[in-house]
Amino acid sequence: MDRSLWEFILARWPELWEKTLEHLFHLTLPPLLIAIAVGVPLGILARRIRRLRGPVLSTLGLIQTLPSLALLALLLPLLGIGKANAIVALTLYALFPIAMNTAAGLASVNPAVLEAARGLGFTPRQRLWLVELPLALPVIVSGIRTAAVIDVGIATLATFISAGGLGDLIYRGIRMDDTRLTVLASLAAMTLAMIVFFSIGLVERALRRWTGPSNATQ
Amino acid sequence: MIEISNVSRSFDGAKTFAVRDLTLDVAEGETLVLLGSSGCGKTTTLRMINRLIDPTQGAIRVDGGNVMDRNPIELRRSIGYVFQGVGLFPHMTVAQNVSIVLRLEGAARSARRARALELLETVELPPDQYADRYPNELSGGQRQRVGVARALAADPKYLLMDEPFGALDALTRDTLQQEVLRLKSRLGKTIVFVTHDIFEALTLGDRIAVMHEGRLEQVGTAEQIAAQPASDFVAELFRRPARQLRVFQEHF
Repeated sequence: MDRSLWEFILARWPELWEKTLEHLFHLTLPPLLIAIAVGVPLGILARRIRRLRGPVLSTLGLIQTLPSLALLALLLPLLGIGKANAIVALTLYALFPIAMNTAAGLASVNPAVLEAARGLGFTPRQRLWLVELPLALPVIVSGIRTAAVIDVGIATLATFISAGGLGDLIYRGIRMDDTRLTVLASLAAMTLAMIVFFSIGLVERALRRWTGPSNATQ
Repeated sequence: MIEISNVSRSFDGAKTFAVRDLTLDVAEGETLVLLGSSGCGKTTTLRMINRLIDPTQGAIRVDGGNVMDRNPIELRRSIGYVFQGVGLFPHMTVAQNVSIVLRLEGAARSARRARALELLETVELPPDQYADRYPNELSGGQRQRVGVARALAADPKYLLMDEPFGALDALTRDTLQQEVLRLKSRLGKTIVFVTHDIFEALTLGDRIAVMHEGRLEQVGTAEQIAAQPASDFVAELFRRPARQLRVFQEHF
């Protein structure tokens, strides 16, 4: 490797590492956790109450189509600049895949298994917690995985509302005509997204082994 | 005792009836087989006993009390149910499946485990081999044994069995039928057993109730029905397998 490039990376390393951690722990993880806490119940609701299914899922889907830069700007009058704004926006983007997959996961549970739960005297709550959610879990986790990857990507725009993260370095590289910095920070964001993608994928696979092959077991 | 009095059930606002004006008693300790082809109302009848379906008209009494006055959750837990599709929980081990009703009632883990092992012995699945396996590691026959054990977990007085052996091969089915007979004489349960298989009905039933298009055609012991079929339908129902059996015997 080019000696000066290596020196460049070494010189930027502490800041790159710091921004990567900020990107993951301050910009991606909080909205993801909030979106799980809100999105899973919304998905359950959408599955349970037929009347709510259309409105809930299409509203979340509509939010998904808002250009991310515009959403950050639209939230400015409400939340001003900084992390709160970014966290709200990223939560909104994470909601759709999580709620959607929760509803789809619950719908995929083998009807014979649900029928057995009813016939054995499960209360609706016991059925949800002991049967439906555990069996839907791999699909729900798959939605969380999609949401996480989306948020790692969109979080690079948080720099425009002074919320930090790897976007700071990408944008600084653009402004200062420092292509190496832009590329380096972009590579860091991509690597982070891939690590998130594969590690949640491992969780998903372990869950699938537990709930059985495609859940179709008698 | 289960008393079914003038029960009808319609699924389309009283245009057609899945079960029509059915009156039938199940005596203490007997095995009553509901026999009929698909769509005759036998499964609907079974499901009304534990309120998976509520009757449109008429009353069902279990131990003297109308089931409509009972909490359906509590009623279902007090009656064992073996399902056509088995319906084991794929994410729970065999032992967890067997003792699930005890878990619903809040029994301690150790008590649940002990009961599960005991029940696996009862259905002849060696607990040390099977307790910690998952349903997808079992054969069809083994799964249905687990299904039977699960139905017995709360030591219910009544057992409802909805074509439990319909999907099994003939040999496994025969073994499990013998198993049910053995369990019956040992545990003294009152069983309502749904099937479309006349040989299964003859093997298991103390009495057989023949259903056709939602109505009860005849109820009685196999001898009574064979000697005096109440309708052409019943006569033909018994005559046809007899013919088949003769053909079979000519060859073997």
